[in-house]
Amino acid sequence: MATLHTRSAARAMMAPSVVLLLAWMVVPLAMTIYFSFLRYNLLMPGMEEWVGFDNYRYFLTDPAFFQAIFNTLAIVLGVLLITVLGGIGLALLLDQPMFGQGIVRILVIAPFLIMPTVAALVWKNMFMNPVNGLFAYLARSVGLPPFDFLNNAPLLSIILIVAWQWLPFATLILLTALQSLDEEQKEAAQMDGAGAWSRFTYLTLPHLSRAITVVILIHTIFLLSVFAEILVTTNGGPGTQSTNLTFLVYAQALLQFDVGGASAGGIIAVILANIVAFFLMRMIGKTLEA
Amino acid sequence: MARNVSSQRKIVNTVVAWTIGILIFFPILWTFLTSFKTEAQAIASPPSLLFFDWTFENYFEVQARSDYFKHFMNSVAISFGSTLLGLIIAIPAAWAMAFAPTPKTKDVLMWMLSTKMMPPVGVLVPMYLLFRNTGLLDTRIGLVMILTLINLPIIVWMLYTYFKEIPGEILEAARMDGASLAKEIIYVLTPMAVPGIASTLLLNIILAWNEAFWTLNLTASKAAPLTAFIASYSSPEGLFYAKLSAASTMAIAPILILGWFSQKQLVRGLTFGAVK
Repeated sequence: MATLHTRSAARAMMAPSVVLLLAWMVVPLAMTIYFSFLRYNLLMPGMEEWVGFDNYRYFLTDPAFFQAIFNTLAIVLGVLLITVLGGIGLALLLDQPMFGQGIVRILVIAPFLIMPTVAALVWKNMFMNPVNGLFAYLARSVGLPPFDFLNNAPLLSIILIVAWQWLPFATLILLTALQSLDEEQKEAAQMDGAGAWSRFTYLTLPHLSRAITVVILIHTIFLLSVFAEILVTTNGGPGTQSTNLTFLVYAQALLQFDVGGASAGGIIAVILANIVAFFLMRMIGKTLEA
Repeated sequence: MARNVSSQRKIVNTVVAWTIGILIFFPILWTFLTSFKTEAQAIASPPSLLFFDWTFENYFEVQARSDYFKHFMNSVAISFGSTLLGLIIAIPAAWAMAFAPTPKTKDVLMWMLSTKMMPPVGVLVPMYLLFRNTGLLDTRIGLVMILTLINLPIIVWMLYTYFKEIPGEILEAARMDGASLAKEIIYVLTPMAVPGIASTLLLNIILAWNEAFWTLNLTASKAAPLTAFIASYSSPEGLFYAKLSAASTMAIAPILILGWFSQKQLVRGLTFGAVK
């Protein structure tokens, strides 16, 4: 069927996508690598010079860098913990017979469709604000002092906001997977006297493992690069308490105009993402092939 | 008796699920309600849920003060533009991979997926400089180009999984009847592919509409879409909760409605077809 003619036609049809993506992968990344070896500040044009690994040395000895690595991983792990566990729970709940299931699903999925800047600003102002926020009102009405979320627990606040946005997606994926579980298998297990817990651990959970790995993979890709939520809520602060790697590089590039330093940071972010991706792909390769 | 127990359980399920659903949805509901309050009512303590003097004033004020409509049109232009351009580039590629697969096809697909793993900050600096030097900074065209590139792997993958489901025998039958490649695509493939293309279009518009890294970093005011416009509310002066709510409601309403219609496609597209 695949004659020489169709094969060359197929190649021509794939060419635009492949060439564009290849260019998108190679050209800017090569430029970033090149810049990362230069002293290059936009405020001092014409002063560019080759400095070898100086930018990396600067970045890797900056305490803010280690804080940023820690925060990046804390956001990924914190949000994953909430969304995976919460998502399994919610998916199991939504899979039960109930009235108005479709409407509940619409309510639950909604936060995923909200643009990140809106989600973050609504939480920051209308809920977490220590004077006018709803949480402050609730705290006062039970006699507690209001808690200043974004100043006293900036990282946790961001994790909560981001988790709120991503919980729906985890739920939706897990629910979709759950609904493809054979009813007869469940009934058979029930007839064989398997209790609710053993049905969950021996039947449902193994069935969900593929969906759970997919959730972890996709969430990790996006969570490594959380940006807008930090920009509009804490601006990385107080200090660098809620600065992740993405935000650190942004600040270095567009606030300090340090092209060389920001490029080195960008390359470190790429390396970090690759390390994470390497382990993820291995893990996922195992589950998806099974 | 058994039926009684199960209907009792159904009621309990309903109550628990609705409570959690409403709690999760509450921030959106609260934003929607606040958009109809006056600024004083928006921060009143105790807050009122429904019993306040409803007003549309905030919506007019947001438009009058900051030309909301301009940013709305930027969002429309950027999300539709990048989606359509992406489809034009991706449809032939996905078609070729689905109907004329070679041993390398899977590798190409996996490689495309891997481009999504590159963190955007890895290329922020060169893209910013390229845009600055070519005058693309703060233009719709620049953003359309970037968003097309970042979403292209998802578009190709999603189309590929849909095209895979079209039975190849139909194409062979058409070919036997002497249909040319062009005719095959126009008369046989297109009608069967339209639902998949429509779903891809829908999902990609949602993704592009909500994209908030490149839109925030590569626009200032002229081409700023709603993501960037809303971000300007992060350091406001004076009372602004009601106006923030009105601007937010208008920014999220169209996509919320689109998204509710395309829940299934959302899962399929964003899991690269791994979960259907």
